[in-house]
Amino acid sequence: MSTQNAVMPDAKFLKEMNDKIKMNVNLCYQCRKCSAGCPMSYAMDYTPAQLIHAIRLGLKDLVLNSKTIWLCSSCQTCTTRCPQEVEIAKVMDTVKMIAVAEGIKPPVSSVHTFNKAALRNIKWFGRMYELGMIGDLKLRTFEFFKDMGLGMKMFLKGKLKIIPSISPGRTLTTWKIFSRSAKKEKSN
Amino acid sequence: MNTSYAYYPGCSLHSTGSEYDKSFKLVARKLGIELEEVPGWICCGTSPAHSSSHLLSIALPIKNLSIVESMDKEVVVPCAACYSRFKFAVYEMNHDTKLAEDVKEVIGSSFQNKVNVLHPLEIFAQMPSAKLKTSIKENYKNKPLKVVCYYGCLLTRPPKIMRFGQDDPEYPMTMDKVLGDVGYEILDWSYKTDCCGASFALSETDAVLTLTQKILKNAQEVGADAIAVACPLCHANLDTRQTDINAKYNTTYNIPIYYFTQLMGLAFGFNQKELGITKHLTPATVAV
Repeated sequence: MSTQNAVMPDAKFLKEMNDKIKMNVNLCYQCRKCSAGCPMSYAMDYTPAQLIHAIRLGLKDLVLNSKTIWLCSSCQTCTTRCPQEVEIAKVMDTVKMIAVAEGIKPPVSSVHTFNKAALRNIKWFGRMYELGMIGDLKLRTFEFFKDMGLGMKMFLKGKLKIIPSISPGRTLTTWKIFSRSAKKEKSN
Repeated sequence: MNTSYAYYPGCSLHSTGSEYDKSFKLVARKLGIELEEVPGWICCGTSPAHSSSHLLSIALPIKNLSIVESMDKEVVVPCAACYSRFKFAVYEMNHDTKLAEDVKEVIGSSFQNKVNVLHPLEIFAQMPSAKLKTSIKENYKNKPLKVVCYYGCLLTRPPKIMRFGQDDPEYPMTMDKVLGDVGYEILDWSYKTDCCGASFALSETDAVLTLTQKILKNAQEVGADAIAVACPLCHANLDTRQTDINAKYNTTYNIPIYYFTQLMGLAFGFNQKELGITKHLTPATVAV
């Protein structure tokens, strides 16, 4: 029998996941409580329980390319309700990190672009400067008119600060934390 | 009882959620609670950090807590997202020794992990009901608003880490108790701890509309005049998206969304402008 079109499991992937999240996803017995309670499962390509099962089967490509990991809102309902104490929300974060490290283009690019813009902003200002982050986001997504009306209303209500709160000392603190933790993670 | 706390406002309370900051400070002062802002605080990293780097997501809150340690006080964190990141960081530092070592190296300062992280609701709920009741302005008691309390995701979940006021993670009562004590009629409803879409506000906006629509619908069905929240992200998603929701779902929602501290402030007799109630996008001023 030919196995040319068969899905080949990657046993190393399951081990990598278990090591990174410091728990055993094999504890999952597919009760699907996580999927039943997930507010975002309606938009996902695989439910949280299916994704956990795919990890156990070592279906690395499927997992890393799934929309599911990017559409998790980190509401922690799955983690709270899992009878086997699998921290599913943490699994979602970890898979995102592995996908990015492996250079996979996220199928829900808006979330990844937002995360990157927000982190750049925190690194530069030490605190989130929302107007600056929105500008950064717009330059990268070319969605210049999305939420323009809403932004204007918030601006007029004084909800968006025009001038960022800048403190060189604070910027130095966050720069150090960002660069040291990137270096540390590379060496680990 | 401790009446002086270190105060970590977080980024939102200095911008989109400034009315939460203002109203919390007013209410705290009225109740004899002293707040000292954590000097030189930095962002907690929020979702972008925890979905990108585990080490960074713990190091940012711990840097702040290391500053709090030098203040020798408990820290109060009103933003549910910051509160959650602080609690996660404390938990991870206690349970992962290798990570704890790395974090200390990254933040470059000592850290004993001795700080108690509190949410304002935990502090108010511990107060004797009588103290809250006696702070109510005389003529306010006559017309109580009917309120549903919306806790969102991060105050109570996961309970193993959050331990929010020893409350039930799926059916919390802390905010119900506090707002009930200051004279509001609290209604029972089904969406106390459902997700509003949180940080998808700017990235996956359609998801936010889908989720918040369900929350508004249930609040309306049970006859609520208003929804009380304890998180600047919940507030932004519920308050600023009602026009978009009405356009998408052909509805007519116009439900005011208050920070619970604004409702306390109203009951205590502060004016609506100083509580930031005039800053909301969904009209929220009340006839007092």
